Amino acid sequence: MESLSNRKKVVSDKPMTFVERLYLPAIIRGMMVTLKHMLKRRKTIKYPEEQRVFAPVYRGMHVLKRDEEGRENCTACGLCAVACPAEAITMIAEERKKGEEHLYREEKYAETYEINMLRCIFCGLCEEACPKEAIFLTDRIVPTEYERGEFIYGKDMLVEKVDQRIDITKRQGTGKRGKI
Amino acid sequence: MVKVTIDDVEIEVEVGTSILNAARKIGGEVVPPAMCYYSKLESSGGKCRTCLVEVAAGSAADPRPMPKLVASCSTPVADGMVIRNKTSDRVRENRAGVVEFLLINHPLDCPICDQAGECHLQDLGYEHGKAKTRYEEDRRTFDPIDIGDKIKLHMNRCILCYRCVHAADQLTDQRGHGIINRGEHAEISTYIEKAIDNDFSGNVIDVCPVGALTDKTFRFKSRVWFLKPMEGERTCTQCSGKAVLWMFGNEIYRVTARKDQYGEVEDIDGKTAWICNDCRFEKKDVSKWTITGPRVVDRHSVISQGKYETKMNTKIKRIN
Repeated sequence: MESLSNRKKVVSDKPMTFVERLYLPAIIRGMMVTLKHMLKRRKTIKYPEEQRVFAPVYRGMHVLKRDEEGRENCTACGLCAVACPAEAITMIAEERKKGEEHLYREEKYAETYEINMLRCIFCGLCEEACPKEAIFLTDRIVPTEYERGEFIYGKDMLVEKVDQRIDITKRQGTGKRGKI
Repeated sequence: MVKVTIDDVEIEVEVGTSILNAARKIGGEVVPPAMCYYSKLESSGGKCRTCLVEVAAGSAADPRPMPKLVASCSTPVADGMVIRNKTSDRVRENRAGVVEFLLINHPLDCPICDQAGECHLQDLGYEHGKAKTRYEEDRRTFDPIDIGDKIKLHMNRCILCYRCVHAADQLTDQRGHGIINRGEHAEISTYIEKAIDNDFSGNVIDVCPVGALTDKTFRFKSRVWFLKPMEGERTCTQCSGKAVLWMFGNEIYRVTARKDQYGEVEDIDGKTAWICNDCRFEKKDVSKWTITGPRVVDRHSVISQGKYETKMNTKIKRIN
């Protein structure tokens, strides 16, 4: 029967001709292929010295945003955790005390907020579920570690620093949010 | 017995039944939503206007339609009455308007509110409300206050349904709270933050359709959809001792009464199974309870999210 892949070759063991037995023409033909590739543009880059530009829809490491006054947006509502298909997000909520109004925007805040970066599949559903525009996926790459435990990111890794804001304006303009 | 037709479904009910209860006998989509009516509490209903329905024919004797929409929770049926609920455009339009009115002063703080996920106003707004608000003025605001050491009152979220007032009147021997002032200034209040202290006062949390009265022992502890509702029993001298335990792992986060598909406390052995404060607030230890099985949750409810057990009970009991 004829094979469906259409790549079947009939093997023959007829003796090689004199030119074929010389080997030299075959070697030259092979070298020509190599030389042709030397003149072509390289497809690879020298990471990390060189880095590619990310698309605005790229989904990398998460950030927990603060508002203009530096207060945390997250209220620990748990919608990101319930939306997460990999169950990578956990949190414990806490009530805001008097005098902490400059730290947290709402009455309730996440006392601990953890994302297991080994579980996370970077689907962006947490970002989509968030009603407070608190969590965003950025164009940063989760760095490699030696220990598994180091991949569980707490608030120290996720919440942006007041003096080092992470720009997500490009990301806000994409997808569902961009249309509104 | 009188014969009524609700959304083209005919049913025979006893004389004096309200339209809402007749619709509940049919069940399913013909049941109008209700925010203030609570079948287990006498004289509740008639306040929120969400259950308004159109009466297309008053009765067999006088088949003229009623000119205005009527509150189905407080209008008794008549023989030959033809009622239109979901088949009526007027009702649908009106209900969207009522939701808009209820949300005028209701804050949109569902991400913070402990009631989110089992809130009737949330369901109502999702099903009947509009997607956008037209209200530009400031909402009236109050500071959340403690009434007693177990109950938190968020007056911001209150929709003035009077359910808690009726519950306190009918379940406890003296009521420590009520509604003061009138009209736009009406608010639930105690006499100068007096503690509500009674063995059955915790039931005001269960009857509250929104997050105005919440359990302080559960405040911000978790979200309802992360917890597993289990049916628990214990011998209690004050109440039926049959409750729903909201568990996370082997820990009881909160205890509530068993509620039916309308969010009302279920009847067990012919009696409404209100639970006492001791069961509700003090017994958070698994060893104090006998767990009889999982509470079956409607699979469309957010509470059933991420729970993979097979249903043990074949009879579907919806708790939300």
